[in-house]
Amino acid sequence: MYDAGKIIIGLVIFVVFLTFAFWMDAGKAVPPPKPKLNTPVIMKMPKAERKCVESKEFMRTEHMQLLDTWRNEALREGNTEYINTNGKMYIVSLQNTCMKCHSNKKDFCDKCHDYAGVKPYCWRCHFVKGQMKNWE
Amino acid sequence: MSMNRREFIKRVAGVSALLGLGGSAFELLQPGALEAALKAKSSPRYAHNKDRKVAKHWAMLIDVEKCQEPGVMDKIIEACNRAHNIPHFKDPKHEIKWIFKESFEHTFAENSNKYMDDRIKGWIFLNMCNHCEKPPCVRVCPTKATFKRPDGIVDQDYHRCIGCRYCMAACPYGSRSFNWLDPRRALDEKDLNPEYPTRVRGVVEKCTFCAERLDNGQLPACVEAAPEAMICGDLADPNSNVRQILRKRTSMRRKLELGTGPSVFYLV
Repeated sequence: MYDAGKIIIGLVIFVVFLTFAFWMDAGKAVPPPKPKLNTPVIMKMPKAERKCVESKEFMRTEHMQLLDTWRNEALREGNTEYINTNGKMYIVSLQNTCMKCHSNKKDFCDKCHDYAGVKPYCWRCHFVKGQMKNWE
Repeated sequence: MSMNRREFIKRVAGVSALLGLGGSAFELLQPGALEAALKAKSSPRYAHNKDRKVAKHWAMLIDVEKCQEPGVMDKIIEACNRAHNIPHFKDPKHEIKWIFKESFEHTFAENSNKYMDDRIKGWIFLNMCNHCEKPPCVRVCPTKATFKRPDGIVDQDYHRCIGCRYCMAACPYGSRSFNWLDPRRALDEKDLNPEYPTRVRGVVEKCTFCAERLDNGQLPACVEAAPEAMICGDLADPNSNVRQILRKRTSMRRKLELGTGPSVFYLV
């Protein structure tokens, strides 16, 4: 093999470069996201009533399915009311229910979505008034 | 062996967990937590708003003569634009129109002639989606983004629209607009209706008979703005307000010969 030394050194550099991302972050864990719940609307609620439409655990794992169902129920069936597992009624609307409390997209929605590497496009249409400068 | 996507993902997660790759690294997903939460309580349900406006076949009557009074049509168009966050683009190629002004010959092409009386010739007509009984746009939509509700309203689901514009080609009334540009660029924050979303570049939109307002017990924005010129009601009910008016007054519908069954009546 001609220039074996150069080639092997080159290969080693190449492999090191290729695996850079792995050994650079070895042993480190990205801290799990901490979405913020301190929006003015939530802070105004009495502590006992600070609840989402469903339990925290359910919302964490199933909010996307819930929103998908909400969209179809409201738009296609005209069902504008959601009666949750505790019998409490909520208006079926991302913009008028969810985003009234969670008006802090950057510190709430984006926190987990960025962590999980997902890019939902809800906010390309739905918006909170007064936050036009944050529009995508 | 067949495997659906959910099964595949579960297995990949299982294998990667065994290999120490952290199949369950996502701390938010506690195995079993969801199932337990689901079992614990009664299942949720959906309901109509009890105040919602109901009809078997929604129809709109437009009193053309009333519309000729100064400011009436502008008032209607303005109310619609505000209610639905409709952007204003100056270039007619990019315009978004839900309800808009047209001449007689553009509205009733088949009825216009050179020797028409000056009175009608000078009138301006409000054009909007006709919410057809047999909507050609619904027939051609490949994703069912536009669909007919049981109450006769032809609604539009922007989540599903892929922007193919078949509906625009199919609509004989030119009632549909395509978002060539990002509509948010042409909106002013102070005029926004915070209750209604904007649209996104690449979807088709049109008048939805304010379906979302009817579902919440409100009248359409145009009817609310000018009840003297716009009247809505149930065409299927022989005693409804619209049927009573239609019995007494001469009305016209657009392009009846096409058989689409438009639900917008022009009182002349």
